[in-house]
Amino acid sequence: MRLVSRPVRYLLLLGVLALVVLPLMFVRGQFGGSDDAASKAIADQQPGFKPWFQPLWKPPSTEIESLLFAVQAAIGAGTIGYVLGRMHGAAKERETYKKKASPSDVDH
Amino acid sequence: MHIMEGFLPPAHCIGWAAVSAPFVVHGAVKLRRIMREQPQMRLTLAAAGAFTFVLSALKMPSVTGSCSHPTGTGLGAVLFGPPVMSVLGAIVLLFQALLLAHGGLTTLGANIFSMAIVGPWVSYGLWRLCRSLGLSVAVGVFVGAALGDLATYVTTSVELAMAYPDASSGYVGAFLKFAGIFAITQVPLAIAEGFLTVIVMNALAEKSNVLEDLGLVKARS
Repeated sequence: MRLVSRPVRYLLLLGVLALVVLPLMFVRGQFGGSDDAASKAIADQQPGFKPWFQPLWKPPSTEIESLLFAVQAAIGAGTIGYVLGRMHGAAKERETYKKKASPSDVDH
Repeated sequence: MHIMEGFLPPAHCIGWAAVSAPFVVHGAVKLRRIMREQPQMRLTLAAAGAFTFVLSALKMPSVTGSCSHPTGTGLGAVLFGPPVMSVLGAIVLLFQALLLAHGGLTTLGANIFSMAIVGPWVSYGLWRLCRSLGLSVAVGVFVGAALGDLATYVTTSVELAMAYPDASSGYVGAFLKFAGIFAITQVPLAIAEGFLTVIVMNALAEKSNVLEDLGLVKARS
């Protein structure tokens, strides 16, 4: 079943883009991570604060870190694309099968 | 929403892990049952897992001038119920803790509780509420996904406030401080996640009978 009509879908996509792009254009900020901001707030509140456990492994640089984030996103997006492609193909096959099946049904 | 490695006191780490563990185990049982009884749903399950994989990797700019990421758990929570998302969300969080040094093993229980338990349950509850009020599938998915995302970040703020109450304003003051960092940043991103979830749900449902087969909408006769 269809949830939203095609024009609404484009509007939703446009909305996503606007929500992400507008802050970049109109807000002056560092655009650091909110997770790090929270960690910093804790450290500010308790001078001399030290986490009691360290990550077992850390990406050696921010480049490697963004590479790994990109890999994560790519795996996810690739999977969704694959699933949607399979569904699309299956739907098409059902349709051609129906078209082929109906006239021959009349013949017999 | 990731609480970084070593940032919660050991007692809190153990407490949150103890709270989260039964949800994840229950989810694993449910997940296995779906795989066994509805093998045709495997592809859709993969898509639901992949959706939180993508969205939780995307840190997006927000109105507060800092960046945060959506959670992507609403889609799967609506499709398969919140227990399944406890497992899928836990896998994502474990991946990020081990390979990205984002979040952590000690804080895994707390992070699972906010992203993989509270978020999906809020999404599912609101989806059901919207549907029982007679609202459309699209509206139900949007409300569920957007507010589930926001609920995750509010939960993180509660978790941090419980560990780090403010010296003068106490737990409430600390909650407001952390919510100021997380929740306000998250509002536009939660709306964006709601929109995206509707788009992806539509793409999944348009060419298949996923929603009918899962009993989420009545099959048209």
